[in-house]
Amino acid sequence: MNWEAFWLTVRLAAIVSALLLAIGIPIAYWLTYSRWRWKFLVEAVVALPIVLPPTVLGLYVLMALGTRSPIGRYWDKLTGHPLAFTFEGLVIGSVLYSLPFAVQPFAASFSAVDDKLLRASASLGESTIGTFRRVVLPLSKAGLVTGFVLSFAHTLGEFGVVLMVGGNIPGVTRTISIDIYDQVQAGNYSAANQTALALLIISFLVLSVVYGVNHRAWMSTVGPSK
Amino acid sequence: MTSERVIGDPQRNRASNQEPVLEVSARKRLGTFNLDVNFHAGAGFTILFGASGAGKTTVLDSIAGLTRPDGGKITVGGRALFDSNSKLDMPAWKRRIGYVLQDLALFPHLTATENVAFGLRELSAASRQQRSEAMLRAFRIEHLRDRRPAQISGGERQRVALARTLVTEPRALLLDEPLAALDRPTKALILDDLRQWNDTHRVPILYVTHSHEEVFALGEQVIVIAEGQIVAQGLPHEVMSVPRLETVAQLLGFENILPATVTSLHEERGTLTCRVGAGPVELETPMVRAEVGSGLCVGIRAGDLLLATEPPRGLSARNIIPGLVRKIERRDVIIAVLVDCSGTDFEVHLTLAAREALQLEPGKNVFVVVKTHSCHLMTAI
Repeated sequence: MNWEAFWLTVRLAAIVSALLLAIGIPIAYWLTYSRWRWKFLVEAVVALPIVLPPTVLGLYVLMALGTRSPIGRYWDKLTGHPLAFTFEGLVIGSVLYSLPFAVQPFAASFSAVDDKLLRASASLGESTIGTFRRVVLPLSKAGLVTGFVLSFAHTLGEFGVVLMVGGNIPGVTRTISIDIYDQVQAGNYSAANQTALALLIISFLVLSVVYGVNHRAWMSTVGPSK
Repeated sequence: MTSERVIGDPQRNRASNQEPVLEVSARKRLGTFNLDVNFHAGAGFTILFGASGAGKTTVLDSIAGLTRPDGGKITVGGRALFDSNSKLDMPAWKRRIGYVLQDLALFPHLTATENVAFGLRELSAASRQQRSEAMLRAFRIEHLRDRRPAQISGGERQRVALARTLVTEPRALLLDEPLAALDRPTKALILDDLRQWNDTHRVPILYVTHSHEEVFALGEQVIVIAEGQIVAQGLPHEVMSVPRLETVAQLLGFENILPATVTSLHEERGTLTCRVGAGPVELETPMVRAEVGSGLCVGIRAGDLLLATEPPRGLSARNIIPGLVRKIERRDVIIAVLVDCSGTDFEVHLTLAAREALQLEPGKNVFVVVKTHSCHLMTAI
């Protein structure tokens, strides 16, 4: 078991899911309450990582982060080192890759909050943002937990995006799944098996938590769409 | 636009002109439905009465700021909340209009105390605690303090919802059938509490109901709305039982409106007997103030009538009238049966299944069963 890769992966997943909590809530809020007619386009973009091959997403992220893109150049100027093939670059790629796994459960739980409660809150003098904070968020706890855990678990297991954006630098971008691939390539099957089993068990535990926290929240998120 | 009407005892309004008046003039088109109302409501209860779909809730939503009228002006105590001319549309949360919805909308994640304190966020924690505690006591629900809505019974939930709204000291109060789901004694108790609160606060209270009883129980001003328009207004006995208001009865869904003559009074059991319609049919109805020989009008909903193909026995209903099926008509999922009872016609609504079971055909002998309390008396036309 490659503990360096293991902790790197856990660190990556924790940072990504925390970032997604921060980024995903406003996006989900907007998706839930906006009446913009082209909203469905944004919904489609957010959902893209679900259907897109990770290598495609990874390729575009790599191009966006590379020193030939404005973002990559700006980062290079700011920090003195390029963004591609770094841990930071990996975080950015993973955030994009796991975005729907956070935003969709968030949005589903926001829209499940009864409109009457929002009306009642407004008539009690609470502003829209205040209502969101005091009524919608607490009632969406299950969806928030689900989104957080799903994005954590999804990041744990990603491969394609990591390979494209991060490469395979021990201690920097070599995650568990890359490590397993390496071991298999090296014919080291028992080590690969060990790591794979660890990943399997962790994933199972994480998903059990989601089911345990709220079975219904899970169903309304990944169950048959409404 | 309809002419302006003043609601609320004009005497009282003049005597204490500090009391805020709610002035509403609102127009809104929703598909084929057209709302156009124009009224004033002084401090105290004003009842908005009408069938469902008449536009009562749209009126309340417009005042609360939860729906935007196409045009008009809404003010409370002289302060404009909405004015299409000056493009003013104050957001709901700034209006300070208390609004209790029919299904209450208590916050399920908060305890009763937290629900009541919800609208007091601008106060310090101490005074918030004190105000909500006092309100819980005033509504006799202090024992529910730490309970969540799911653990509170229906009538008590109603009290929590009222307390939560009243504690914010709204400048006007909108009640959308807040008591519809309650039994009568509970309802009466809550209304008492509400009246007491109003004695000290004196704000306009718009009370929406389609219950005939509640209109009389509250006994103040009534505005009758039908299809988005105000069709009558005044004191309950004027509006609800004045002859010209057979339209009001029709609004209520009385398919049967029959002229009646009082034949005897039974004060001991709170009923009277009257002869209705053209034939010799007699009905036992609830007691009203009337004399033997005086003319009244009885309204009975077709859905409140029962049909039997044999003389029913062992039944609590007081009125069992033999008759002949004259016509059967299907309206959507309802079967409307016209029964001729020796010259007095009754319209009875049945389900499709009931028709099947009774094998009703024109010409069949039947018995119309009328519960005493399904008979609604109004002054004669």
